[in-house]
Amino acid sequence: MSKKLRVATTSLAGCFGCHMSILDIDERLFPLLDLIEFDRSPLTDIKHCGPCDIGLVEGGVCNAENVHVLHEFRKNCKILIAIGACAINGGLPAQRNHLDLGSCLTEVYLTEPGLLHGHIPNDPELPLPLDKVHPLHEVVKIDYFIPGCPPSADAIWKFLIDLIAGKTPELGHGLIKYD
Amino acid sequence: MNDTFQLDGSTVPFEPGQTVMQAALAAGRYIPHLCYHPEFKPHGSCKLCTVKANGRTVASCTMPAETGLDVESEIEELNALRRSLVQMLFAEGNHFCPSCEKSGNCVLQALGYDLEVHATGFRHLYPDRPLDASHPDILLDFNRCILCELCVRASSEVDGKNVFALSGRGITKHLIVNAESGKLSDTNIALTDKAMQVCPVGVILPKRVGFSVPIGERRYDQRPISAQALDDAPRQTDSSGNCAACEGTP
Repeated sequence: MSKKLRVATTSLAGCFGCHMSILDIDERLFPLLDLIEFDRSPLTDIKHCGPCDIGLVEGGVCNAENVHVLHEFRKNCKILIAIGACAINGGLPAQRNHLDLGSCLTEVYLTEPGLLHGHIPNDPELPLPLDKVHPLHEVVKIDYFIPGCPPSADAIWKFLIDLIAGKTPELGHGLIKYD
Repeated sequence: MNDTFQLDGSTVPFEPGQTVMQAALAAGRYIPHLCYHPEFKPHGSCKLCTVKANGRTVASCTMPAETGLDVESEIEELNALRRSLVQMLFAEGNHFCPSCEKSGNCVLQALGYDLEVHATGFRHLYPDRPLDASHPDILLDFNRCILCELCVRASSEVDGKNVFALSGRGITKHLIVNAESGKLSDTNIALTDKAMQVCPVGVILPKRVGFSVPIGERRYDQRPISAQALDDAPRQTDSSGNCAACEGTP
């Protein structure tokens, strides 16, 4: 048997919905695991990425840590795939992009009714938010995109199987969805 | 019938005065389009329907059909161009399909699906475009406007109301409402107007409809736009109800 492909996954400014959709591949995960093995991923709890064949990144880039993680993935993954609406166009978090970040934080933590002694979180462990939320392709080179919110398990399965077989992945009607 | 032209190697008949787009749709041949609507005068602005006619790139919705014309449409060179146009429209506005109630009924989205557009690839502009929720029955979400002018054309040509217009130039071009206040509530637009039915994206929305038809059961969930557009196209039928111009298509 040929060597298994190493796959890393992560969620940046995402909701883990795309990872749930990966799990939703269901019993086909078993034949998939004959072809791939996971490196860094919330599924393995490996904290840093080693050399990989495929990286799957969910979510856009909304803070400084997201930038570092995305660069780590780009450096280690031969093929980097943006998975889901947020990775592709920023998605829901990017709906703050036309607003000023300072006034967003003020409204959420200081002036929202019912907040007593509220303050804007400033723990040094918290990564600093970026001024705007960016789709992945604005930060690093992305090789493929799987659209959807989340992409269906069938779409992810079809995409990965095409890719592993060395074909240009195509989704087609019913599998290609932006919602 | 003597008047014919060639479309991707097959013969398409046409009536005098028809455009390449009209003749193609009537013959059951799909050419991707966005600002073209069979009931309105062609606008020729979105360029999705660009074809090569005798080697020259032209908008097929405005190009008059001519005998012997050699038209190419379904070629990778043109589809790559169409993908770029769709991508630029997505990058220019705020098109967040997961939270848009037009999703599944949206022409822009359906074209993206049909052309296998997986991502925009461009830098998103994220413009600031406030909503107009002033009207009791109608919401305007300018974030999704692609400036096709279908609402402008419908309101002036069919409704006779001139509720909408485009203002500004270049990147500052935008849809405006024809009222002193600029608010939709100060116009005489009605839910029954043609302008309410033609928006290809999710700008002009009747209130209190939302997701009453669930995602997954919508227009372009059922069939791709290339099939749907042919169903909608006006056809000449023969006495038995079959499409007179179609070659082998029902």
